[in-house]
Amino acid sequence: MLEVQDLSMRFGGLLAVDGVSLDVQNHEIVSVIGPNGAGKTTVFNCVSGFYKPTGGKILFEGKEVQGKPDYKISRLGMVRTFQHVRLFGQMSVVENLLVAQHRHLNTNLLSGLLKTPDYRSREKRSLDKAAYWLERVGLLELANREAGNLAYGQQRRLEIARCMVTEPKLLMLDEPAAGLNPAETNDLNQLIMSLKEDYNVSVLLIEHDMSLVMDISDRITVINQGRPLASGTPDDVRQNDDVIKAYLGEA
Amino acid sequence: MATHNLKHALFCAIVTVVIAYPILGLDLVAQGTQIGLEGATPTTIISIFLAAGIVFLFQLFRDNIMGNLGKLPKLNPLSGREPMPAEKRAKVEAWVLTGIIVLALFWPFVVSRGAVDLATLVLIYIMLALGLNVVVGLAGLLDLGYVAFYAVGAYTFALLYQYFGFTFWMALPIGALLAATFGMVLGFPVLRLRGDYLAIVTLGFGEIIRILLNNWTAVTGGPNGIGGIPDPTLFGMEFGRRVKEEGNTSFHETFGIAYSGEHKVIFLYLIALVLAVITALVIRRLMRMPVGRAWEALREDEIAARSLGLSRTAVKLSAFTIGAFFAGFAGTVFASKQGFISPESFVFLESAIILAIVVLGGMGSQIGVILAAVAVTILPELAREFSDFRMLVFGAAMVLMMVWRPQGLMPMRRIPIALKRQE
Amino acid sequence: MQDLLYFSQQLVNGLTIGSTYALIAIGYTMVYGIIGMINFAHGEIYMIGAYTALIAITGLATLGIAWLPVILLVALICAVIVSSSMGWAVERVAYRPVRGRHRLIPLISAIGMSIFLQNYVHLAQGSRNIGFPALIDGGFRFGAPESFQLSLSYMQITIFITTLVCMTLLSLFISRSRIGRACRAVSQDLGMANLLGIDTNRIISATFVIGASLAAVAGLLLGMYYGSVDPLFGFIAGLKAFTAAVLGGIGSIPGAMLGGLILGVSESMTSGYLSGEYKDVVSFSLLILILLFKPTGLLGKPEVEKI
Repeated sequence: MLEVQDLSMRFGGLLAVDGVSLDVQNHEIVSVIGPNGAGKTTVFNCVSGFYKPTGGKILFEGKEVQGKPDYKISRLGMVRTFQHVRLFGQMSVVENLLVAQHRHLNTNLLSGLLKTPDYRSREKRSLDKAAYWLERVGLLELANREAGNLAYGQQRRLEIARCMVTEPKLLMLDEPAAGLNPAETNDLNQLIMSLKEDYNVSVLLIEHDMSLVMDISDRITVINQGRPLASGTPDDVRQNDDVIKAYLGEA
Repeated sequence: MATHNLKHALFCAIVTVVIAYPILGLDLVAQGTQIGLEGATPTTIISIFLAAGIVFLFQLFRDNIMGNLGKLPKLNPLSGREPMPAEKRAKVEAWVLTGIIVLALFWPFVVSRGAVDLATLVLIYIMLALGLNVVVGLAGLLDLGYVAFYAVGAYTFALLYQYFGFTFWMALPIGALLAATFGMVLGFPVLRLRGDYLAIVTLGFGEIIRILLNNWTAVTGGPNGIGGIPDPTLFGMEFGRRVKEEGNTSFHETFGIAYSGEHKVIFLYLIALVLAVITALVIRRLMRMPVGRAWEALREDEIAARSLGLSRTAVKLSAFTIGAFFAGFAGTVFASKQGFISPESFVFLESAIILAIVVLGGMGSQIGVILAAVAVTILPELAREFSDFRMLVFGAAMVLMMVWRPQGLMPMRRIPIALKRQE
Repeated sequence: MQDLLYFSQQLVNGLTIGSTYALIAIGYTMVYGIIGMINFAHGEIYMIGAYTALIAITGLATLGIAWLPVILLVALICAVIVSSSMGWAVERVAYRPVRGRHRLIPLISAIGMSIFLQNYVHLAQGSRNIGFPALIDGGFRFGAPESFQLSLSYMQITIFITTLVCMTLLSLFISRSRIGRACRAVSQDLGMANLLGIDTNRIISATFVIGASLAAVAGLLLGMYYGSVDPLFGFIAGLKAFTAAVLGGIGSIPGAMLGGLILGVSESMTSGYLSGEYKDVVSFSLLILILLFKPTGLLGKPEVEKI
């Protein structure tokens, strides 16, 4: 589904990403790991269109998408979350989910002003979908609360629900477990697995929490200082010498 | 602690004297062709030192004073009562609003002409503020050049009448649409700009429009403006004493009543009222539609909005265009009300006032903005004797509001949406 | 030869006015660089400097003092003291309490302050413009008397030299002194500077004071150059100066200088070859163009949005 070939990203004198390649197949969860500052989020930003990569190719479902703007890539079916939760804080929880469905709604001004049947049915459908996902992540009771007033763990779940409501094909999660306690991390674990199983969504994941990564990943790519280090199944990576050295330093 | 405060308090008091004494205490007066210096009245000098004294004492005991202020009981008589449930609240609001509108419809017939005239001005500012509220309050785009669209609306009517004899009703939609077009034109260059840069560019845009209006004398009349702008007609009936245009009849003759200058003032007021209500209702509707939600998403977090497929271009342009459209309404009404327009009415200060109304009212909140528009337009009229101080107080009030209550008088509330449990 | 002289005249005029824009622009650029906000009231600080200088000069004249260097020095000192105090007070009252809040709030506060100060002076001194004595007059003239003559007045030379001196002193101050270093640290990373024990509040105040002092110098110079002051002339000068700061790269002091000169010259060329009426249009259009194509300005550093 997603194929990244030899991606590189240069900022002036700094080469943040150098020759990274990875791929995500249908129906799989791929994790990207690496020490802090390795360039993982930069890779994400390139893939999701927030940065224009200085080299390499990105193919989504066979078509080249590198350099395309962020909102267009999102419309193709790739949505992402962010390292620091980015919700629409002053809007209510349910409004966050309604905004996300913008593409599926009737945005024609006249239709909305006149409340045509098409407009109304689409609004209703989006409300139903919002309700469904809120219940799925356990936030239905908080539907009308301002998103900025939620607890951190709830905000994280809302962010994921907001992504799912767009009916994505590929979900990119940037450190979803950051700041969560073990119980919440477990719930997150289950949630991501079910997203893959029940909703046929592939997941590309940046994470530091090794237990989560090892548990749910089908494959793992390791990046260090912008360069690819290793790639393979969790077991492969766990036993790779280079990986161990990168994380623990030279013995 | 006390000594530190003492030094600081002394310093503040000295600064107060320094900034006040030369400018306030010494007047530059023209003595023939020369300039001389005159000491100010004793009252002024005493006031300066009094102010310094107050500053000194305040800074000295600041911690105590601030502490005690915090302990004051909150002066909110409604606190402690349960907030009303959503449906009941909506019903109460609907009744109150209907009541106000009915009142507004019948009120002008029983008050003086001057009051109705003032009310029309208030309605014009309400339209302007609601329109700017879309751009600034909902979409979060700092537009400091909004007055340009107001000017487009007014000058469109004036020019269409001058060159083509267009009436008010013909000019109204054209003025609004043309203003909207200008809104879109402004939207393009600022697409990629953030915050303060966007503010300055919009300010520049507003100034460019004003300078063009001021200097393109051949078309716009330059600083002398354009006059003779007609009042709106009612099905071909004019409200003047004598009919100006051929083919029109006059209102008072048709209905067999005595001519009164009040007729046209009231008529214009009613038109302004209708337009203002339309503005408020349409924007209210837009806020609940995808386009309105997109505006707020853009304001809250542009990056998150983009990551969800929202096109920054489309959202920004729609905000500018729609905001400008309603400024066009206001401009047309303004031109008709004054009968004469000139670039003097469209200076940056106007943009600043409208912006202040939006911020004081509570960004995004329509009711707050309307209240603020009423307050800002009416209060200076009530305190006529102090009109010299009007702008001074206005500037100080802006600063004060930002420091004390930046969320505005009536911060925006979210509309609760009922969700059904999905089986 | 005629044409060359005419062109040179516009150039000289442009560089003169540009230098003064640069002096005022520094205040904007330093404040923006350090706390990321546009000090809308800065133009008014410049205006107050001009008024104070005029008051001082008039006062000295009444006292019968006529020695030019003394007059200028005293006027300068008075203007700097009053402007700096005003700048300091404005920061404490209108900006510090709202620092860090949503962008619009400091902006509105700044606009409110600007309106307040304009009207403060208006009420205190009247709204008509008041003549400012041209204390330094005379100059050089080049070219034959029958045709166009290039004039380079002593006033213009004074302005150049003063600006140069101020810029040099400021650059030395920023790069060598302790406070200067602290300024640079705070403008790079406020949080970090705090953690390192720098009293950021004092540094921010110092920034305002420095900017205000330079604006006061500009006020004295321009008052003499133009020959009059009125309460509203700070606003448009402030806008131009801000344009200059953005042109050169906001946050960059050499940028403010460069931006000021470019703006001054383009205005004067427009004035000289097209029409004086449209020079403001040129300034704003220049601003819009720069922001469209190179928002970080000529000497600014490209900013990468951190996501």
